Amino acid sequence: MKLELNVNGKVHSVDINPGEMLLDVLRRLGYKSVRRSCDNASCGNCTVLVDGKPILSCTTFAARAAGHKIETVESLAEEGNLHPIQESLLETGGAQCGFCIPGFTLTTKALLEENPEPTEEEIREALNGNLCRCTGYESQIRAILNLVKKRGGLSDD
Amino acid sequence: MTDTLNTKELKRFAAVNRSVKKVDGVALVTGQPVYTDDFDVPGALHVKLVRSPHAHAIIKEIDVSRALKIPGVVTILTYKDLPRIPFTRAGQGYPEPSPYDTFVLDRKVRYVGDPVAIVAAETEKAARLGAKAVKVEYEVLDAVLDFEQATNEDAPIIHDEPEAIGIHDASKNIAAHFEMEIGNIDEALESCDKVITRTYHTKTQLHAMMEPHASISYFDPNGRLTVITSTQVPFHARRILSRIFNIPIGDIRVIKPRIGGGFGGKQAVHLEPYVVAVTLKTKRPARLVFDRSEVSMSTNIRHEMKYTVTVGATSDGKIKVIDMKGLSNTGAYGEHALTTFMVSGSKTLPIYNKVEAVRFSGDVVYTNLPSAGAYRGYGAPQGLFALDCTIDELAHELGLDPLVVKEKNSIREGESSPIFRIMGEGREGVDQIVRSCKLQECIDKGKEAIGWSEKRGKVARRGNKVRGIGCAIAMQGSGIAKIDMGAATIKMNEDGSFNLLLGATDLGTGSDTIMAQIAAEVLEVDYDKIKVYSSDTDMTPFDTGAYASSTTYVSGNAVRKAAEMVKERILEKAAVYLEEPVENLRVKNAKVVSLNTDREVTYEELCTKLFYTFEQEQIAATASYVGEESPPPFLASFAEVEVDLETGKIELVKFVSYADCGTPLNPVQALGQLEGATVQGIGWALFEDVIYGKDGRMLTNDFFTYKIPTRMDYGKLECGFVDSYEPTGPFGAKSIAEIGIDTPIPAIANAIYDATGVRLRKAPFNSEELFFEILKKEV
Repeated sequence: MKLELNVNGKVHSVDINPGEMLLDVLRRLGYKSVRRSCDNASCGNCTVLVDGKPILSCTTFAARAAGHKIETVESLAEEGNLHPIQESLLETGGAQCGFCIPGFTLTTKALLEENPEPTEEEIREALNGNLCRCTGYESQIRAILNLVKKRGGLSDD
Repeated sequence: MTDTLNTKELKRFAAVNRSVKKVDGVALVTGQPVYTDDFDVPGALHVKLVRSPHAHAIIKEIDVSRALKIPGVVTILTYKDLPRIPFTRAGQGYPEPSPYDTFVLDRKVRYVGDPVAIVAAETEKAARLGAKAVKVEYEVLDAVLDFEQATNEDAPIIHDEPEAIGIHDASKNIAAHFEMEIGNIDEALESCDKVITRTYHTKTQLHAMMEPHASISYFDPNGRLTVITSTQVPFHARRILSRIFNIPIGDIRVIKPRIGGGFGGKQAVHLEPYVVAVTLKTKRPARLVFDRSEVSMSTNIRHEMKYTVTVGATSDGKIKVIDMKGLSNTGAYGEHALTTFMVSGSKTLPIYNKVEAVRFSGDVVYTNLPSAGAYRGYGAPQGLFALDCTIDELAHELGLDPLVVKEKNSIREGESSPIFRIMGEGREGVDQIVRSCKLQECIDKGKEAIGWSEKRGKVARRGNKVRGIGCAIAMQGSGIAKIDMGAATIKMNEDGSFNLLLGATDLGTGSDTIMAQIAAEVLEVDYDKIKVYSSDTDMTPFDTGAYASSTTYVSGNAVRKAAEMVKERILEKAAVYLEEPVENLRVKNAKVVSLNTDREVTYEELCTKLFYTFEQEQIAATASYVGEESPPPFLASFAEVEVDLETGKIELVKFVSYADCGTPLNPVQALGQLEGATVQGIGWALFEDVIYGKDGRMLTNDFFTYKIPTRMDYGKLECGFVDSYEPTGPFGAKSIAEIGIDTPIPAIANAIYDATGVRLRKAPFNSEELFFEILKKEV
């Protein structure tokens, strides 16, 4: 079937099989930041934003995303400037192998848009579904806390 | 260089010992296509493997005719189509200490998931359908599913193939055996006031790295075989492929792009032979990406081990004897069988170097379970669980503080242990003195952070919940002395930048970054002037690979040497150019300056002149480094747990780890290694449990059934470093990547005992088991 997908503001006209998942279609379109790790909705690596909300693209039919705004990490760093979340991750060493980072970054972006001054507990809860095997999570949590603090957020412990 | 330096000198560093951002960081955070599966190779065939549903069977017949009729299926290879050359998948120094007990495909299958056929098709779907349509008729054999029964008289023989090389005793399913004894065990035991014997069992663990294994192979336009692959060992992969397919090493190029985590799980050739077999047969590119269940079941897992430890001591807690007898489960194939077993002794026993007698012995056995291999810690965590907890038990029986007993008997700076010489990896080790050991400082910091003096031995009870604390101390190594070799090439560019080409393999560990920092420190430039390109067998010099905590120490020393050679050459050329004696010149801030006159020349000017107009020459150097020693990092860890007496539920309240890794070359990255390893160890201690069905199939092969820690699953984590300087390391550095995973199991076990009085001797610790033990105690 033919489909129009709006990815990062660009409209793609694609031919898909009706059963195809969004993850497969996005990777086929060249959005390689969308990562396949578990392929059964248990690791968060394939997270993309659909109308600003994080969803797992490995178990979302591509057809369901038609008519919605899809966002991947490719949209974040514009004209050479990193997104503050990305900058903060580099400072705290939050990206080791980097494989989980796109999913992590998008979930964080959605969290901060909904709740600009989250507590550490709220951060941990929001990112509970984004697995990482390298960092032990602490440097990633520090990245978000630093960012919140920089923006004048509370997070006083 | 071997003089002990004090830590004040650390302050003089310009490029190392600083938390600069990773050189590949921007690519990683912006989601660039940098991993193997991100490479689109036009015309590549999709490869799928047909896998055995039986734990132990002989293939009677394979019928591929129906599968070949599926539209899009291009070729199907079985054992009949492939060379029968035994090899080991293990990526280790050559000749490998692992048995050659593997074929690309064999007539016999030895675990549920063992590959039976390779299907290549135009699309992934066709490959999948093709794999399903291959008909295999098996003669099912009895299987060995319990490693303690592997050597039974009536156990089926798993490796009866006559071509295998290096199996210790195939008729008894013993892949490897090791024993050593120092002093007289029986005499020393006689002189002890207290002797205890305990058995500890550590189950396996999955690497669970986020990036599934992937490989792509193709012929380049000149007909050379190229393999892009998620590996920790590109040079070993090239050598093994050359052996299997009888292709000259020089006709193979292995490229490691960015890797999405390894932890030892990519220290073997897991899928390279399958794609290469397809490319050789069809002359077309081929790609294979494992799915999560294949990553779990059919790559490598950790060696399950069981140790019976006897420890004897005087009544005041002086340990006089240690005797460890072990059994290790290598699964279907013997990758890293002998060496992980030896490391479980060689990286634990030297901690207690004041004993009069020490013995270490045992077997590594085959079973019809997934094949064990390298995994962060490489045997040391399993050995330490048994040794540390037995010592903890002994201390309690003597009425002493276990921390004091561990502290009092542990190795100190300037001391040695005969174990260093006797136990290497697969062979004799290397005599060495511990030149840097700040274990005491690690203990002191950790003790303070957990509140050891106030909390130990006191039952803190609130309602049904009790709290307790425990400690463990550990060591590791920094590369395998006299075996691991790393090489680096540095060449100068006319804008004052340098290309650093190195074989060392960055798996996400940040090694490319610290290698740039080391070169920058020597050459007195900003680290971003060092352009790193690593792990491409055509373009970079040799390196044994990223394992055994070797990269910082071994490859780092090679980079330092290469940078020093380049610096020397720069000074020589500048001396002619500036017409000054070389001894008057120094490099400083990307320039050569005279100490006597105001003459100076920038790297940019010097190199441009050297390229085009003056004594034309490319300044470049290659250096190699082999560790003469393997300086151990040290670690002290403390756990505080809370146990619900009504349910047995174990909660980790706090975990503290302080490490001596010498100079942390990049403190933020080093901390990331320690934190990451610690949380991996906590997961293993508390909930990462591999379960098999009665047929030997791994049931826990995804993230729903095999639970790795999330951000909510551990309490407060405090990790840090103490001031230390290893005189033989690059700018004082030792390793840090593995050690953190050694201590969580014993520290948590000891804390559970402190809280409940129950000793759990099988890891991971399970709440149900603890609950029943608590009940038994109360009765």
